[in-house]
Amino acid sequence: MSKVQLTNVRKTYPNGAEAVRGVDMEIDSGEFIVFVGPSGCGKSTLLRMVAGLESITEGQIQIDDRMINDVSPADRDVAMVFQNYALYPHMTVRGNMSYGLKNRGMPKEEINQKVTEAAKMLRIADFLDRQPNQLSGGQRQRVAMGRAIVREPKVFLFDEPLSNLDAKLRVQMRIEIKRLQRRMNVTSIYVTHDQTEAMTLADRLAVINDGKIEQMGTPIDLYNNPATLFVASFIGSPQVNLLPATFDGQHLVSGDVKLPGFTDLPTSTDLVLGIRPDELHLDDNGQFPMRVDIVEQHGSDNLIYGGILGAINEGDEETEFCFKAGQDMLPELESTLKLGFNAERAMVFNKESGERLR
Amino acid sequence: MKQWNWRLISTHTILIIGVIFMSLPVWVAFATSTHSAESIIRNGLQFWPGGEFVNTYKEVLFVKGGVMKSVLGTTMLKNSLILGIGFAIGKVVISMLAAYAIVYFRFKLAVPLFWVIFMTLLLPLEVRIIPSYGVVAGLGLLDTHFGLIVPLIASATGTFFFRQFFRSVPDELLEAARLDGATAWGFFKDILVPISKTMIAAILIIMFVVGWNQYLWPLIMTTKEENYTLVIGIKQIYQVLAEGGEVPQYQKAFALTILATLPPVLVVLVFQNWFVKGLVESEK
Repeated sequence: MSKVQLTNVRKTYPNGAEAVRGVDMEIDSGEFIVFVGPSGCGKSTLLRMVAGLESITEGQIQIDDRMINDVSPADRDVAMVFQNYALYPHMTVRGNMSYGLKNRGMPKEEINQKVTEAAKMLRIADFLDRQPNQLSGGQRQRVAMGRAIVREPKVFLFDEPLSNLDAKLRVQMRIEIKRLQRRMNVTSIYVTHDQTEAMTLADRLAVINDGKIEQMGTPIDLYNNPATLFVASFIGSPQVNLLPATFDGQHLVSGDVKLPGFTDLPTSTDLVLGIRPDELHLDDNGQFPMRVDIVEQHGSDNLIYGGILGAINEGDEETEFCFKAGQDMLPELESTLKLGFNAERAMVFNKESGERLR
Repeated sequence: MKQWNWRLISTHTILIIGVIFMSLPVWVAFATSTHSAESIIRNGLQFWPGGEFVNTYKEVLFVKGGVMKSVLGTTMLKNSLILGIGFAIGKVVISMLAAYAIVYFRFKLAVPLFWVIFMTLLLPLEVRIIPSYGVVAGLGLLDTHFGLIVPLIASATGTFFFRQFFRSVPDELLEAARLDGATAWGFFKDILVPISKTMIAAILIIMFVVGWNQYLWPLIMTTKEENYTLVIGIKQIYQVLAEGGEVPQYQKAFALTILATLPPVLVVLVFQNWFVKGLVESEK
């Protein structure tokens, strides 16, 4: 049960590169926070600063109101799960899980009891005497989590723990991590670049871009109300459809495409219209003529990709939309569909600044 | 009819010639060592074993005055073992610690210091033998095992091998250990040493052989006969042979040579699996 507080945290490397540029964040006790962002955005650095593996150039990090800037990683009472598991290759599973406790001088019986308990919870009790190289990827990941659990830390840190697993296992482990976190109710910070992982795991999500938090909130809030173009395009799978446009006073205009229903937008700046693939619908009077290019059948629904005829091009490619339809909808390739949308639910961004205008 | 595989035949021929070329002298030395001094004087080198095996080797190993004036073959064997083992262990310990400091403690001088260490490869013992002798003599360590071993154990090659190995160990291992509360010494002893064990074995084996074969340093370091190593013994026995008025005991010189060759061969044979493992694979 512990709070984590970051106050104006910055990281500047000796070569002048700024990895983290002023992050403020308050994490409540027992909350599951996910840092998500493209690679190189500073999310791992931020996590490693909480862990104590990177120094803090400026600002403060507190766990339970205790300043930990200069506290060694071991004394911060945090445990971390690494992407490549970082298991000690020469130790058995039991050895791996008990090493941290041994270093803390815990009596043997107590260590054994805790390790056995954690192993049961993670269903690795049968492997306690094996070495990591005799385990599968998923099992190794469990051991890595076991090593974190036995310590009973105040904060769990996960650094892209599922990236090395195959797709199916990843989904399984995702659910397991969530369940475990619920059960143990330990404050957790989880770093990932996978937005599905981020959406499904997080109580709250912090979208990080270029060393700063773009937006923080519940996953559904970020999905429905992204504050910036970056968040809108990062959250949601399939990705939001983006259409470059300008406003002429009554319509949003993009080449030959004129869209009514918008007011109070600046006329002088370049804009971007964002529509989620599931906000589009078939409509004989729809404003978007789409030439079907590819149909992906995902089972319960089909994703139909195609260029919007007459819309402004970005570079040479025509602006492509994705339309999420039911499984019965199987248009012929190269045919043209008319798509409509609900202007109320559409998002408009300033192209330059990425700021959301409505 | 089966076709001749000329490629196979030619490679094997070359290999067989190589084997004969390498091992024939050893065989001749062994065969000659089993003949009596008189028959060697009369008939020269021998290609087939004679009947004096037990006698010769017993005298060399166990009989006082049988080989040197006073020292026994077994004593020299013991001295050689102490030198070889001490040399190998010393080198591994020193170079592991040096590499650990260079790789994991990112102090400012780590890189220049590493290159300084590396440059000592240009200064082999032969170059610095007089100052080394001066230091050891000044400390009163002549004719001691300590004085024999310690000046030799600094190792640029060992440091280099361990440095390369440590650099290939993933950083996360160190980070996980730090979060697990391991101290610098704890990480070294609990994690780094165990995962380097194949590497350690390989270097121990190489260094044992190198230490065993040391010649110049023990030669000038040891003045008393009871501190001679086998390699020095071989040199001295030829001197004894040249001086004496009686029939030169060539068979004993050959026996000593064979005895000096055996331990390194045994070490390599017994540990060759580890040796190969250490060179080709690493457990990370």
